Amino acid sequence: MLARAVTYALIGLEPRRVEVEAHLQLGVPSFAIVGLADRACQEAKERVRSGVASAELEWPRRRITVNLAPAELRKVGSGFDLPIALAILAASRQIPPERVFEHAAFGELALDGRVRPVGGVLAVAEGAYREGLGRLVCAAESMPEAELAPIEVVPVEHLAVAVAYFRGERDPPPYVSRNGLPPALPVPDLADVLGQQRARRALELAAVGGHNLLFAGPPGTGKTMLGRRLPGILPPLDREQAIEVTRIHSVAGVLHPERPLVAAPPFRAPHHSASVAAIVGGGPGPRPGEASLAHRGVLLLDELPEFQRSALEALRQPLEDGTISIARAGGRALFPARFQLVGTMNLCPCGGRGDPAAECSCSPQRLASFRDKLSRALVDRFDLVVTVPRPRAHELAAECGEPSAAVLPRVVAARERLAAGAPSRTGAADDLLARAVERMPLSARGRARVARVAATAAVLAQSERVEAEHVAEALAYRTPREMAA
Amino acid sequence: MTELALAAFAAASDSHVVSRPRGGRFAHFAAAFDERRYLGELERRGIRFLARSDPAFPPLLAAIHDPPAGLFLRGAGGPALLAGPAVAIVGARACSAYGGGVARMLARELASAGLVVVSGLARGVDGEAHRGALEAGGSTVAVLGCGVDRDYPAAHARLAAEIAGKGLGLVVSEYAPGVAPAPWRFPARNRIVAGLAAVTVVVEAREGSGALITADFALEEGREVLAVPGEITSTLSAGSNGLLRLGATPLTRPEDVLELFGLEAARAEPVALGAAAQTVLERLQEEPRGADAIGRATGLDAGDVAAALAELELAGLVAEDAGVYRGVMPPD
Repeated sequence: MLARAVTYALIGLEPRRVEVEAHLQLGVPSFAIVGLADRACQEAKERVRSGVASAELEWPRRRITVNLAPAELRKVGSGFDLPIALAILAASRQIPPERVFEHAAFGELALDGRVRPVGGVLAVAEGAYREGLGRLVCAAESMPEAELAPIEVVPVEHLAVAVAYFRGERDPPPYVSRNGLPPALPVPDLADVLGQQRARRALELAAVGGHNLLFAGPPGTGKTMLGRRLPGILPPLDREQAIEVTRIHSVAGVLHPERPLVAAPPFRAPHHSASVAAIVGGGPGPRPGEASLAHRGVLLLDELPEFQRSALEALRQPLEDGTISIARAGGRALFPARFQLVGTMNLCPCGGRGDPAAECSCSPQRLASFRDKLSRALVDRFDLVVTVPRPRAHELAAECGEPSAAVLPRVVAARERLAAGAPSRTGAADDLLARAVERMPLSARGRARVARVAATAAVLAQSERVEAEHVAEALAYRTPREMAA
Repeated sequence: MTELALAAFAAASDSHVVSRPRGGRFAHFAAAFDERRYLGELERRGIRFLARSDPAFPPLLAAIHDPPAGLFLRGAGGPALLAGPAVAIVGARACSAYGGGVARMLARELASAGLVVVSGLARGVDGEAHRGALEAGGSTVAVLGCGVDRDYPAAHARLAAEIAGKGLGLVVSEYAPGVAPAPWRFPARNRIVAGLAAVTVVVEAREGSGALITADFALEEGREVLAVPGEITSTLSAGSNGLLRLGATPLTRPEDVLELFGLEAARAEPVALGAAAQTVLERLQEEPRGADAIGRATGLDAGDVAAALAELELAGLVAEDAGVYRGVMPPD
């Protein structure tokens, strides 16, 4: 006897239809799963057997073969438990096979038969929707996330509930959150920053123009604190962007189950010991890395020169075209990664440079190798470089700055103006830029960066054209010679 | 042309030789030395040799107590460059932002008035001096303590290429190509720096530093030595301030050097500064400040301060280091 259930395997973020075929034959009772299943997937045998028993259903005393088709596609993870159980139950005619085949199913089974949520439900639900499958059976806790796709979700707490639903005995109970909605995580506010007018200004420009921003300066000057405050002055994501980000976070399994939609720009700050795979994604069934998790948001690399050079180099592709493609023997996974990069670094290895209270004790050789470690190509991607000197005591006693809530409306308005078209430069602005290329000197890339930032400054100042003063301001945030050379 | 053989012998025997040594080793070497082939090899690598006996050899250098056998030249500039009126600008490798800024400004002003800026291509003051001269589109000569084909220090490889490539500069050395840098060669190099220049300016020097050796050579040869006054509390200026105590001329503006050559400052028409830039400059002429401190002192907002500072930097009036801006021109 044969029955089929439908589920989806994820290649990166892309759902691929997988048919779970269960075949029962006469013979010595046994249970085999074929079809390029990885370890977590092979272990489904034990979970499914226990789950079926715990749901007080009958485990067929037959020779059971489960095939995950297409066989050439590598299947990773525990989301196949539920479709495998449903296919076996359908093959043994404990539930009607034709009804099972009309649904997509995705979820992990606990040994007591409960259905557990698995990351990637949103992408699976979208896959089912695209193929015209109307319904997705998944864990009750996955419901808020799956519902983001235009599909009817059948939330099941337990395998027994799924069986009752397929038998038409009852509708699944409506989903009720047990935890209640958690409070939204507080986003760090600019009001916490004392003084630092230049760094604040650079943050605002970065927020408007989507520029990558590098803070350099001695330890303890608030570089990281400033970087963490960029998401707070970025406008919220629109619906389409939010779904896009949610899909990535879902596959990575970092979504909050009760608050699945990521509506605010994400913020990721990986530690500098992070591997290449952790930053750009990877693994056998490629999973998104920090760069993709920061899609449409901010990626903060604290202590930039401490990162592995290979990890920094790997960021060049996403900084260029906003995607990361990971090739595997089984195919290629594409992850979007259009993030805004914020870096922080000391001015020298000992951290004393730029600090009037401490003398830098670095040898020129050490200083040179420190700067060499910074990938030139990466430094080139920072439109804004701000050196943050150590503030003096009376500066710290200065007035509290503007809160993020006051900056955000300016950013939103300026972004709208920028979206309507970047302003053109006046003749005086062009002259100044040409003079800077000659005198500073600026590279071709450096010139393009200054031009971009100048346009942002003009838009923020509500100016029709890019004036010389805007170019001049942009020049002040250029990459210092010692970092560029 | 036995000078070339001498220079090649010095390289081969890893020694410092300025006159024909007695003994059989050199005779043996000279007999086997194929001058034509050696010159051909130099030419292939774009390096020229200027022998001491050559009429184009700079007379000031020929006049010192122990002139080198000859100079190896790399770069597009002609040997006439070495004979022109030249000023040596030397100082600490680990210079302060003040020292670096002054060296650059001086080199820029002196080079644009027509002087050749001579220095040692070392980090710090030397490098800034070369950069300043290049910035002004002037001539500069870098004297190395190793072969001219060795980029030492490595961090200045690009600077060396720029000096050699711009048509207005030369990288020179008394050591043959391939000779590696060694600590004992640097004082010898310093005598050439001082020897090429009629005037030596010490910008920042610790007690007992290489820049003071250069100043000593200059004084021994009866050349003019000027020192830039530094902070009396800084060890970085102890050597240069010591020179002043001994009677060196204090340098407080570029004209102090130009007057020695009977030159006028090549004052370009004064740059018209915006009102904000003028205010910021006045504050910076008092003391170095960070951007935020300037904002508080002037009441300008962060965007206007940034624009004013970039304007001043472009005009060459202000330099930034580690987020701190300072004025680099002596106030009028």
